[in-house]
This record gives sequence, C-alpha cells and structure tokens, in this order.
Amino acid sequence: MSETAELGTLGPPAVGPPGAGTGFMALLKRAGLAFLRQREASIFVVAVALVIYFKIAAPAFTTKLNLVNVSQATAPYAIIAIGEVFLLVCGEIDLSVGFIWALSPFLMQYFVDFYGIPVVAAIVLAILAGALIGSINGLVTVMFRVPSFITTLGTSFVIFGFMLTTSHAQARQLPHQAVGIGHWFGTFAWSEIIWCLALVFLFQLVLTRTRWGLHTIASGGNLLGATEAGINVGRIKVGNFVLSGTLGALAGILEAFKNSTIDPSAGGYTPMFYAVAAAVIGGTAMAGGSGTVLGAFLGMFVLQVLSDGFNLLGISSNPYQIILGVAIILAMISNVYLTRLRRMGRT
Amino acid sequence: MTAEVQEQQSPAPASGDDVLRVEHISKRFGAVTALTDVNLHLRRGEVLGLLGDNGAGKSTLLKILCGFHQPNSGRILLRGEPVVFKSVDHARSLGIDVVYQDLALINELTVYHNMFLNRERTRFRLLSNRAMRRLARQYLDDMGVGIPTVNAEVAKLSGGQRQAIAVARSVYSEAKILLLDEPLAAMGAKEAAMILDLVRDLKEKGDVSVIIIAHNYGQVLEICDRVNLLQHGEITFDKPSAETSVQELNDIVIAEYREALRARHGG
Repeated sequence: MSETAELGTLGPPAVGPPGAGTGFMALLKRAGLAFLRQREASIFVVAVALVIYFKIAAPAFTTKLNLVNVSQATAPYAIIAIGEVFLLVCGEIDLSVGFIWALSPFLMQYFVDFYGIPVVAAIVLAILAGALIGSINGLVTVMFRVPSFITTLGTSFVIFGFMLTTSHAQARQLPHQAVGIGHWFGTFAWSEIIWCLALVFLFQLVLTRTRWGLHTIASGGNLLGATEAGINVGRIKVGNFVLSGTLGALAGILEAFKNSTIDPSAGGYTPMFYAVAAAVIGGTAMAGGSGTVLGAFLGMFVLQVLSDGFNLLGISSNPYQIILGVAIILAMISNVYLTRLRRMGRT
Repeated sequence: MTAEVQEQQSPAPASGDDVLRVEHISKRFGAVTALTDVNLHLRRGEVLGLLGDNGAGKSTLLKILCGFHQPNSGRILLRGEPVVFKSVDHARSLGIDVVYQDLALINELTVYHNMFLNRERTRFRLLSNRAMRRLARQYLDDMGVGIPTVNAEVAKLSGGQRQAIAVARSVYSEAKILLLDEPLAAMGAKEAAMILDLVRDLKEKGDVSVIIIAHNYGQVLEICDRVNLLQHGEITFDKPSAETSVQELNDIVIAEYREALRARHGG
C-alpha cells in the first residue's frame, strides 16, 4: 500500500487536457486504478466486505469481546505468515515453524525454572533458539541442496520429538516470575495484535523497500540470474529461514501467555498450513519471485473473520473448511491470472 | 586428436599496457574439461573479440574473468598484479563488469531495480527508488533505448529491450573492464547498431577495455581491435582485426570442423 503514490505515475499519461468538470473524476479513477494495481487490493476488498456483512448479519460481531477474539486468532498465525511469505518469495518453505512455536515456551520455562535465568533473558534465549533452528533449516537446505520441504519436514519431527521428550508430553504452568512481563506478551488482550501489526508493517517495509527484500524477490524470481548479479542467494535464504524460526518462537510464547499454559499440543502443522494459505490468498506466489506481507496479514484476517462470523451465525465450523479450501484455490487461480494480465500491460 | 592443428600457445610477452592478463587458465566441471590452457591479454582501451564454436568454452572463460567461476589452475593479472576473484562482487569492486548471455535479469522486478540489481542506491538503509528511477531513465535515454517506462516489469519487454537493459546496466557501472557475452544475440539490426555504437563510444574515450563474445564475424571485425579464437579450451588464433578477414576466420573454423569429422570417421 505504501507504494500507491509512486505507482500512480505508472499509469498512461492522461489523454488530452483534463477538463474542469472531469478533473475530480479523473483523479478518482486514477486513484482507483492505482489501488487496484496493488497486489493486496483484492484481499482488502474481500476483508472489508466480510466485515460489513457480519456486522449486519451478526450484531455481536463488533463487540469488544468478539474483536479481541478475532485479533487473537489472527495475530499469531499472521506473525508466522510473515516468515512464510519471505520464504515463499525466495522459493522455499518452512514446515517446521509450528513446532518451533510449540517448543519455544517450554524452552522459556526450562530456562527459568531449571536454570534460574531471569524471565526476560529466558524469553530472549527461547526466541534465539528459534532463530538457531531456522539457521539449521537454512544451512542444511542451502549447503546440502536438500529441498526445504524435506529439510523442514525432518526438523519438524526432530523438534516435536525433542519437545515431547523433554516435557514428558505434559502441559506446564507458566513460571510465576513471568506473570508480570506476560502482559507485554499476550496476557493483555490487544498485545498480540499490536506485536503482529508492528511486525507486519516492519516486514512489509523490509520486503518492498530494502535491498534484503529486493534480493529475496530476485532469488526466487531467477536464482541463477541473482547469483550472476553477485547476490549471495545462500545468505538470503538462510536469513529468511532464521526470520521464520524467530517469528515461530515469538508466536509460541505469545500464545502460551495468552492461554496461561504451556501446552505440548500447541502449534504443529496447522498454523503453518494456515500461514501458507493466508500468504497465497493474500497474493503470494508459491513459485517464488512475488509476494506481500500485508496481503498475508489480510488473508489471515479474512480466514479468521470467516471462522468467527460462522460461529456467531450459529453455522457449524465444519463447512468452514470447505470455504477455506475453495478460497485457496480461487486465490491461486486469480493470482496467476492477474499476473498474466499485469505482464500484458492491462492493469 | 587435434594435436597437430594447434601448437602449444604460450603467454604473450608481458606488456606494460596490459590491463588484464590470463595465464595458463584451466577449468573442469567434474569429468568435463571446459578450458585446458588459456592465455589471453587485454590492453588498456582495447576491444577484443573472442570467437569460437558453441561449447568452445567462451562463456566459461568470461565467467572466470568476472569472478563467477574459479579456475582450477593458472593465474590472472589485473594491471600487472596477480588477483584471485573471490566472487562476482569482488571482481566488480575491482572494476570488472559483465553482461551474461542469459542477461541475469529478474522478470518480477522493474527495469530500474534490474539496472541497479545488487548495487542499489539506498538512504538510511531504504531503497532510493526515486534516484534509481531517474538514473535508469537517464542512462537508457543516453543510449537511445526506446523503453516507455522504467517502472515496467522486465517480463513485459521484448528480447532486444531486455538485452539493452543488461548492457546499459554494465556500461553505466563505471567498470574499467567490460565483458560482453553475446550482447547482440536477441537484437534486431537497429538495436545491434546501437550497442555497437555504444562500444565504439567507449573505445573513443580510451579508458574502458572490452572483451566481446559474438558469432557474427563481420560485426566483430568491424568493432574490435583484435580477435582471439578459442578452440578446444585454448586460444589458437590471435591477430589484429586489420590483419585478418571474415574469410580467414571462417576457413579456420571450417577446417577444424572437417578435422574433427575426419578424426571421428577415421576412428
């Protein structure tokens, strides 16, 4: 969205002098076209339409309690979707992020209860452990040329097994010392969405406005070409795995504080699949070379609004899965189609 | 099998105005030997044509000179000093830039992001898109390339336009040594003339040295000061353009082909 102003110059030059009466309409049309050219435009329209629909159909939708629900359902999934977007854009995927999510609050608890490490340091260490797992995912993928689907499938089992073994598959209480700091990390109702929005805007900026983002796109768009241009594509990929692992660990800790418990059944593949679904619905291509963090956030918001709205309308959550599946496929088709249109210069 | 057609080439005598010298470079890819023993030199301000059949190793040689590949043996001297190019970035920092045969463009990125790929202008760590757009526009206009907008994704452009962007990217990188791998391949007559003019301009300024790989001997002789022929991983021919002709070059290449054919059929 931040590129609206610039992309405005992309349009064809106005034909003839703008008439006095049509000036405003022309400007509106121009702004409209510039908006539609944004990758996030379609998912944004869907999100707004759904909010309006549920507001009318289910008055409880906009109560504070329900908005908190939607925000808490959206935030942690959208946080890991950020990492998946960066990986998908550079041509990789991280299946293990949901298991890092499950492990990180246990690590925090071990550090505090078994090693007497102060809570803040324990949180930082748990998140760094996520980064470390991400770097292993990245290094194995890049150095041994293992497809990341396989690398992270393997590490998923390893992390899951490690978490179950060390925790004896038992849920734990949060360390009592951590209760105060927890307000910043998920206990306070809006804290998750605040983390989420801050990270979404930060990484949308990184993807669209920094060399790192540009090189991520280049690595996924044309791996050989990016290498020939001197881009260290291995570094880019490893860095994005580190990002994914870090965000996975953060999401796990936020969720543990929100739920006031550390649960071995948290995370898993489900959040990862939702994150990938949200990325795709939001306009990220699986083939690499293009994607948007903001779109993935909106995609996740749409998925959670649908789920929540169905619930409020008293519709069983079962058909929700059907809608989710259809939405993923339709989003992919429109993504491919829109890209082709854009290449042909129609939009 | 072709030992009798070539005599062992030795490095040309050292010369003070050699900006780049390559001595006894070899390169293997697994079981395949791409370059056996290459000796080559490039004088300051010179345009050197590198000819040879498909598979002769021309692109491999260029990729060694730009730091993309590392040679298995031999050495490279840059302005008289031995160097080992650790990476494309390293070679670039020493003033060597390359236009690859495959152009190394990213379809998903705009013209101006491609032109500044991996040497982006930034301010406070953020991309200076405005500055890059302005410069890209200016470079393309200077070159006379007709591209309606630098905001377009390069996927939208024609083969000739893409090639022009790749060439412009290198020419305006302020490199002192330019390596051009088939810069005219996808170009129509008009666009090819534009690139040739550009090289001529560089030659007149006398500061930039160029190695061009091309297939069209006529174009090569017209633009280059000197031509080298690469056959079977070695330079087998080195003459100033004025002392050779399209006919002579054709004869050599055809003779090689006949020789190879005879060797194969004769067992």
